[in-house]
Amino acid sequence: MAEAGLSIPEWMRKKPIDAGVSRNGRRRRTSVVERTISGLSEALRSSIFSERIAARPGLLQRIDPRIKILGFLTLLIAIGLIHSPFILLGLYAGTVLLAAMSRISPGYFVKRVWLFIPLFTGVIVLPSLFNIIRPGDPLVTLWDFGRDVHLGPWLLGDSLAVTRQGATGAVIFVLRVAASVSLAVLLTLSTRWPDLLKALRVFHVPRVFVLIISMTYRYIFLLLGLATDMFTARRSRLAGVSTPREDRRFVTGSMGALLGKSQALGEEVYAAMVSRGYSGEPRTLNRFSLAGRDLVFAACVAILAVAVIGGDRIIG
Amino acid sequence: MAENNQVGGPAIGEGNAVYEVSSVSYSYEETGALDDVTFEVKAGESLALLGANGSGKSTLLKMMNALIFPSSGSVRAFGEELSEESLQDEGFSLAFRRRVGFVFQNSDAQLFSPSVWEEIAFGPLHLELEPGEVEERVEATVHILGLEHLRDRPPFHLSSGEKKKVALASVLAISPEVLLLDEPTAGLDPKTAGFLARLTVQLAAAGKTVITATQDLALAKEVAGRAIVLGEDHRTAGDGPAARILGNRELLLSANLIHDHPHSHAGMEHYHPHSHLEEHHHGDEH
Ligand SMILES: Nc1ncnc2c1ncn2[C@@H]1O[C@H](COP(=O)(O)OP(=O)(O)O)[C@@H](O)[C@H]1O
Ligand SMILES: [Mg+2]
Repeated sequence: MAEAGLSIPEWMRKKPIDAGVSRNGRRRRTSVVERTISGLSEALRSSIFSERIAARPGLLQRIDPRIKILGFLTLLIAIGLIHSPFILLGLYAGTVLLAAMSRISPGYFVKRVWLFIPLFTGVIVLPSLFNIIRPGDPLVTLWDFGRDVHLGPWLLGDSLAVTRQGATGAVIFVLRVAASVSLAVLLTLSTRWPDLLKALRVFHVPRVFVLIISMTYRYIFLLLGLATDMFTARRSRLAGVSTPREDRRFVTGSMGALLGKSQALGEEVYAAMVSRGYSGEPRTLNRFSLAGRDLVFAACVAILAVAVIGGDRIIG
Repeated sequence: MAENNQVGGPAIGEGNAVYEVSSVSYSYEETGALDDVTFEVKAGESLALLGANGSGKSTLLKMMNALIFPSSGSVRAFGEELSEESLQDEGFSLAFRRRVGFVFQNSDAQLFSPSVWEEIAFGPLHLELEPGEVEERVEATVHILGLEHLRDRPPFHLSSGEKKKVALASVLAISPEVLLLDEPTAGLDPKTAGFLARLTVQLAAAGKTVITATQDLALAKEVAGRAIVLGEDHRTAGDGPAARILGNRELLLSANLIHDHPHSHAGMEHYHPHSHLEEHHHGDEH
C-alpha cells in the first residue's frame, strides 16, 4: 500500500532527545502484577501439568492411569470419612512420601500444595474458629467485652474467643484439604495430560465434559501466554518505571483485548484440532494395559483405605 | 505416503472435480469476507489463491476444510455438499478429514500437543489408523522434514520456521489427497521458505491436489499451475494459468499484489510497477 504521498512527519525524523545510552542508577523493577502473571503462568505449567515430571521413571508414573484414578478416588472418599487429625496427618505424610517415590522433590511438592490450600480453606475455616459463629469452650480469648453483646436480635456472648472445637474442626478441615489437594496434584503431575483425558473417557465421563476440560486446559495456557506477551510488549515501550497504579490500569484496560484475542486463538486451535479429526474422543498411542504392579498398587490402596477408616472408627 | 485412504466418496481420478465452489458468500457478523466466488478444482491440480491481506483467502480455505460454512452458495467436495449436517455424519466426516489436510496460517493455533512427536501423531490417531501404522507414519514424516532432533520438544518454544515444519508434518502424516496451505512461507527465512516451496512442488508431482493461499508471487510461480486472484472486494478478480495471471500487471496491481513504489537512483525518484517477482534492472534509460 505504498502511497505516493506518504511522507514521514518531522518529529519522527528527529533523534530522541537523549540518543546516548547511559545509566542513571535507577532500577526498573518488575511490578507485582507483572510478576504475578508470569509467575502464575509458570507455576501452572510446572506444578500441575509438568510433562517433564510425568515423563520421569517414578513409582506413580508407572501405574496405569485408570488404576491411578480409581485408587486416588478411593483414597479421597476415605479422607472424607476420617475424623482423626492424626490419621489425616499420616495420610498427608503418605502423599509426600509418594511424591518422593515418584521423583517429585518433596520440598517443591509441599510448597506447591500449600500455595493452593488457603484458596480452598480460608473463607470457610476462618469464621468457624470463633465462638460468635460456632459456640464452644474458649481456647484463646481475644477480646473480653465485659458484658453480653447483642447484634440486633442475636446474642454474641461476652467475649470474642477462639474455641477448642473451632480449632480442632479447622485443623481437621485443613488437613483433609491438604491431603486431597496433594492427591489431585500427584495425579496430574504423574500422568501425561492426554493419558489422563483418555482414562476419564474409560470411566464414561461424557465426551462433552472431557472436551470442555481439554479446551479449558489449552485456553488457560493461551490466555497466560498472551498476557505474558502483552506485558513484555508493553515493557519494551516503557522507558521508565511504571507505578503499581499504572500496572493495574493497564491490566483492567487490556483485559477485554486479552479475552477477545485468546478467544479468537482458542477457536482457531479448536478448528485446527477438528481439521485433524478430533471429535471430542481423546486418543493416544498408549494402549492401557494392566501389569502386575498395577494390581499391587490397587491392593495396597484398598488395604490402606480399609485400615484408615477402621482405625478412625477405633480411635474416635 | 503414496497409499491413500479410500474411504467414502467416488474414486478420484485425474480430471475429476475435487471441489465445486458455487457463488459462495461469507461474512463475519458485519464484515464481508467472500462475495459470490465460483470455481472448480480438479484432482491433481496445483492452485494458487492470490489476494492481498483481508481479501478472504483464509476464510475460503477454512470453508474448503469444512470448518465454516457459506452464508450463501455451496461448496461441494468429492461430490458431497459440505454443510454442518453432512459433517455430522461420522462416516463422511472421517473420510473427509482423511482426504483433506489444512496447514493453518498461524502455527501457534495449530500446535497444541505436549511434544512434537505427539503433535504429528495427533491426526493419524484421531483418524483411527492402526497404532503400528501411526508410528510408522510419524517416523517417516519426522524424517522427511528433518525434525529428528525436535521429537520430544514441546512445540510452543520452537522457532517459527520449525513450527511451520511441524505444522506441515502434522498434516502430511495424515497423507491427505488434498492439501490446503495458508500462507506457508509467510515470515520464514529464505532457506526454510525455499525448502517448503520445493516440498510443495514434490507433493504436487506426487499427485496431491495442492491449494496454496499466498501473496508471495514467487512462491505461486514456483508451485502453481493455475492461479485465482481474490480482489479487495472479496470477489474473484481472475482465474487462469499461473503464468498468464502472474504476467498480468494490471490485474495484480488492481488486487494490490504488486505496487508502485518510489525508487531513488542517483537522486532521481521515480515510480514504476514492482512485483519483486523478478529482479528488476534499471538500464541507462535514466
Ligand atoms: N474471525 C473473524 N471475525 C471477524 N472478521 C474476520 C475474522 N476473520 C477474518 N475476518 C475478516 O474477514 C476478511 C477476510 O479475512 P481473511 O479471510 O483472513 O483474509 P486473508 O486471509 O486473505 O488475509 C477481513 O476483512 C478480516 O478482517
Ligand atoms: Mg489469511
